[in-house]
Amino acid sequence: MNNELTQNIDINTDKISFLIKEKKIKSRIIKDKIFKYITIAGALFVSLILAYILFYVAKQGISSINWNFIIELPKPPGEFGGGVSNAIVGTLIMIALSVIIAVPLSIAIGVYLSEDRKTKLSYWVRTGLEILQGMPSISIGIVVYVWVVLQMGSFSALSGGIALAIMMLPVVAKSTEETLKMVPYSLKEASLALGVPYYKTILKVVVPSGLSGILTGILIAVARVAGETAPLLFTSFGNPFMNVNMMKPMNSLPLVIFNYASSPYKEWHSLAWGASFLLMVMILILNITAKIISRKWKIKF
Amino acid sequence: MENQVLNIQNFSFYYGETQVLKDINLSIEKNRVTAIMGPSGCGKTTLIRAINRMHELTENTRTEGIIKLYNEDIFELDPITVRRKIGMVFQKPNPFPTMNIYDNVIAGYNLNGIKLKKSDKDIIVEDSLRKSALWDEVKDNLYKKGTFLSGGQQQRLCIARALAMKPEILLLDEPTSALDPKATSHIEELIKELRSYVTMLIVTHNMGQAARISNDAVFLYLGELVEHGKTKKLFTTPQDKRTEEYLTGKFG
Ligand SMILES: Nc1ncnc2c1ncn2[C@@H]1O[C@H](COP(=O)(O)OP(=O)(O)O)[C@@H](O)[C@H]1O
Ligand SMILES: [Mg+2]
Repeated sequence: MNNELTQNIDINTDKISFLIKEKKIKSRIIKDKIFKYITIAGALFVSLILAYILFYVAKQGISSINWNFIIELPKPPGEFGGGVSNAIVGTLIMIALSVIIAVPLSIAIGVYLSEDRKTKLSYWVRTGLEILQGMPSISIGIVVYVWVVLQMGSFSALSGGIALAIMMLPVVAKSTEETLKMVPYSLKEASLALGVPYYKTILKVVVPSGLSGILTGILIAVARVAGETAPLLFTSFGNPFMNVNMMKPMNSLPLVIFNYASSPYKEWHSLAWGASFLLMVMILILNITAKIISRKWKIKF
Repeated sequence: MENQVLNIQNFSFYYGETQVLKDINLSIEKNRVTAIMGPSGCGKTTLIRAINRMHELTENTRTEGIIKLYNEDIFELDPITVRRKIGMVFQKPNPFPTMNIYDNVIAGYNLNGIKLKKSDKDIIVEDSLRKSALWDEVKDNLYKKGTFLSGGQQQRLCIARALAMKPEILLLDEPTSALDPKATSHIEELIKELRSYVTMLIVTHNMGQAARISNDAVFLYLGELVEHGKTKKLFTTPQDKRTEEYLTGKFG
């Protein structure tokens, strides 16, 4: 897609360069216009792709969505109907787990990075987070498999939550750092000058001043990991039954999609589409909420 | 002198290797306003930030000499104790944007985890806002965000926040330099009123302001304390040539 676009630009600038000798100013105006149209076309193209994906998933999935889909368990192949209640519950539990594990840690890291901006340690931590963010999610899954699943002797929701937490960590830490860097130094000074100790100043003045940015980062991170399949394949594994025990294998929406879509059964395909639709709506809601929070709660300094 | 609140003795200050305050000796009496004057870069901010140990937030600083608050050297006290006893108002108003007006005033207690009864808090808030001449303007909007106030009101809110801690000394670093003339004269009036409650050190660029509001004045030049005396006397019969040159506008 990128190549196509650049090619377009090349062709157009060629056309223009031939006009330049005649009327320089006119050609500049045309150039500006063409450039503008290209950018608009790019924007429209992206929106179209998004709209098409949303539409297609909705069209395929919406017919599977009904009350039973939400509250029932999957049925064996051949039987009509069934739902993904275990996957919905599983997804919610594992997301909650990953938030509980990742958020306090990431906020602590983000605070450290925004406070100690120029130390060697912060440089390495920052680099480490970037590497972690670029790590293939399947590798994270394998590492957690070796560290947790093999140690515990069983696939489990806990190990799934840990894998997702590792994926969330760099996103939340980075957004916390960026947000806290925007908090003016004068606020910290105001607090310290009142005799408030440093750690209380950070916890009660600096972090609350950046709360909307931190929350936005958390929601975006949740939206990002909610659809992750690869790190769950060797950790939470999946489970055809309802399970709320964190030490046991657990189902999740992405796993349902993966397992059922690759099965030969038609009924399961429609469950997979329904689960895709549900997941998509969830992620959309998370992203929109993040947008609203970052706009409405934003503190002007 | 029993009236002496602050006593700075042989005080020097270094940023790394650079000495910016040289052997300062200065004593301040209770409930007086002392204006600290001098050309830009002479060390006024450095001096008052050292008095409540805010300079310790800057890396690579070093001090020599002692600063006594009554009979205790502030460098032997806990910096947190020092800062609760010596309040500070900054050049730019900096109310807490997450807090409403009421919480901004009582912030020194809340943030420090000092538990007070609601009725006691109410008394402190009202008293501090009255002293900072803001009460009448905000008494119906106490639970609105402090950042919606005008710049001058925000600065008075910051003064109220500092006064709420009942400080021995209030340090003000060019508190009106970010404000318009009307807000400035409002703050000047306020400082005159506050003289009966609290000892103040105010850094100012503005000689007119120093003449209007201070009892005593200090002239700093290139990190040296050149002259200290009654404002009137320092303005009419300066003892040092450099003071005279500064007052007549020879160096801005
Ligand atoms: N953080 C700092 N690091 C190094 N030098 C500084 C720092 N802050 C101020 N200085 C220097 O110390 C001197 C006094 O500064 P300051 O106290 O801010 O002066 P004033 O408030 O009178 O304008 C100036 O020469 C300034 O350049
Ligand atoms: Mg200054």
